[in-house]
Amino acid sequence: MANPTGWKPSMEQEAKGGGAAAEAPGLGGAVRGLAYEEPLVFEHGSRGRCGVSLPPPPADFDASDLPAALVRPAVDGLPELSELEVVRHFTRLSSWNHGIDTGFYPLGSCTMKYNPKSSEALARLPGFAELHPLAPAELAQGALELMYRLERALSEIAGFDATTLAPAAGAQGELTGLMLIRAYHEARGNPRKKVLIPDTAHGTNPASSALNGYAVVQLASGPDGRLHPETVRAAMDEDVAAIMITNPNTLGVFESHIAEIAGIVHAKGGLVYGDGANMNALLGVARPGDMGFDVMQYNLHKTFATPHGGGGPGSGPVAVKAALVPHLPLPLVVKEGERYRLVTEARERPQTIGKLREFWGNFGMFVRAWALIREYGPEGVRATAELAVLNANYVRKQLEGTYHLPYPTDSLHEVVFDDAQQKDAGVTTMDVAKRLIDHGFHPPTIYFPLVVHGALMIEPTETESRETLDAFVAAMKAIAEEAKTDPEAVRAAPTRPVRARLDETRAARKPVLRWQPGMNVE
Amino acid sequence: MEIPEDLRYTREHEWARRKGSAIVVGITDFAQEQLGDVVYVELPDVGDTVKKGESFGVVESTKAVSELFAPISGKVIEVNDPLSDAPETINEDPYEEGWMITIEPSDPKDLETLMDAAAYKAFVEEQE
Repeated sequence: MANPTGWKPSMEQEAKGGGAAAEAPGLGGAVRGLAYEEPLVFEHGSRGRCGVSLPPPPADFDASDLPAALVRPAVDGLPELSELEVVRHFTRLSSWNHGIDTGFYPLGSCTMKYNPKSSEALARLPGFAELHPLAPAELAQGALELMYRLERALSEIAGFDATTLAPAAGAQGELTGLMLIRAYHEARGNPRKKVLIPDTAHGTNPASSALNGYAVVQLASGPDGRLHPETVRAAMDEDVAAIMITNPNTLGVFESHIAEIAGIVHAKGGLVYGDGANMNALLGVARPGDMGFDVMQYNLHKTFATPHGGGGPGSGPVAVKAALVPHLPLPLVVKEGERYRLVTEARERPQTIGKLREFWGNFGMFVRAWALIREYGPEGVRATAELAVLNANYVRKQLEGTYHLPYPTDSLHEVVFDDAQQKDAGVTTMDVAKRLIDHGFHPPTIYFPLVVHGALMIEPTETESRETLDAFVAAMKAIAEEAKTDPEAVRAAPTRPVRARLDETRAARKPVLRWQPGMNVE
Repeated sequence: MEIPEDLRYTREHEWARRKGSAIVVGITDFAQEQLGDVVYVELPDVGDTVKKGESFGVVESTKAVSELFAPISGKVIEVNDPLSDAPETINEDPYEEGWMITIEPSDPKDLETLMDAAAYKAFVEEQE
């Protein structure tokens, strides 16, 4: 089989030798050509070396004037490096990082999308990037118009009446959604007691419910991976404030009974919350607002390609139906004639749940999301969902038979396999994930959703080429083959990255969180 | 996989053992096997009350975080504190040294509602 990474067995031999060679004289720490091993910053430098020139203390400065408690004693082992050593240290470490700009990153349920550079460029326009958050509305009309238009677009795309842009991330969006649901019920005299959540849900769903004082009732999905109306009917009563549903769910399966389920919940006065984490599968094709959902959070960093996972702050706008609009948090942008204004005072919105955070939301993310929506247009937005679903189904079809599909039901933008076919060889999902690193791919999400033992959850997203998907499929097949012929090699993976398999158990049980002088950790 | 004859079991893979008038609780060999290496455990305090079928704590492995469900209702009278520093005991000896809490049952008949070893064995086989 063609090796997807271009790796040849001879290179492996060289690399094994290369690990030791890093210590050898004359190699400058290079492991492979210009790839570097890198010690801790504390292990660099030399006593007395300094990377910055600090001004001398004023002539009349006397440290003994300061209270003793404020004077720091000498710090033992503080790194002493030149500027260039510091720059090289962190640049080398950064080259060990893996991101979507480096390679394939098929993290299911997290939608690790490519962030287009055009969105980045627009977010850096000085008029947006340097606008002061306390600038008066008349000097911030462009920014307010952008927020207003984004709010309108997000409401339309998911089929709701209004959207708050305030939540700082998806999890805060969920919290906001549940606060809105509580406010809605309280305004009717009874906040109710319970929230229904299927067993395929994200862990944030029960957390958001609990933070709003609701008890969680878990609902079992059917053998087809779907939530069934009779399950909901049996659990539904007038103490239930809401049901939280992710559609498609975390198995990538479309909840095809959603309209009937929404009807059952609405009939007893409950609301239907949509976890919008998987909105990428539906963009421009189907609208949660038309399926019976009353509230839904977006994750702009998933669906609209703003940076994700440490690359930038998240953003979790929450879209609602008309009945919940009076409770929306502040601020809101309103259009009055040709002018835009921020509503920040509760006296204008007496039923608001208040402010979620200071200022006006993660504005830089609004610019990126709006840029993407405008660049794609309606056809492009729809193509996003279609290509995401096509790519996931291509991977599914190619790997069917090689890896076991716990749920044979049709799936949309992500596909969940498990390790049942590798079990007899003693190879687990964890081993497959680790071996993928040797092939140059970031592992998919593993051991989630919890309803699947040994889950391997793959979400390629819309931007990957067929060549990349083929290379990934070839790697997955090569690993399945190796699990049969040489399971020990799979269990020992990864061997090729800068660091081999890490002892995750020991790291969790006996974490070493702080370097100390003279420390020598194996 | 070990399923001691003298214990009672829940569908969430906890075991319960009679000790005088009290009940000792832990998780089964099957549960520790499924979880993988346990790295953290959160247990209630002595004096807390627990309710049958409701969460009394959390166990975390390198794979996942799982809730612990009380097999019976009652008051917590003993907690296996050394587990917090040595969670690996749950993997190594789930039925003895890896016990979690001792409960003074509010209804002694609760124990009889749980599965016996044969029923639990059949239940686990069905799960696999």
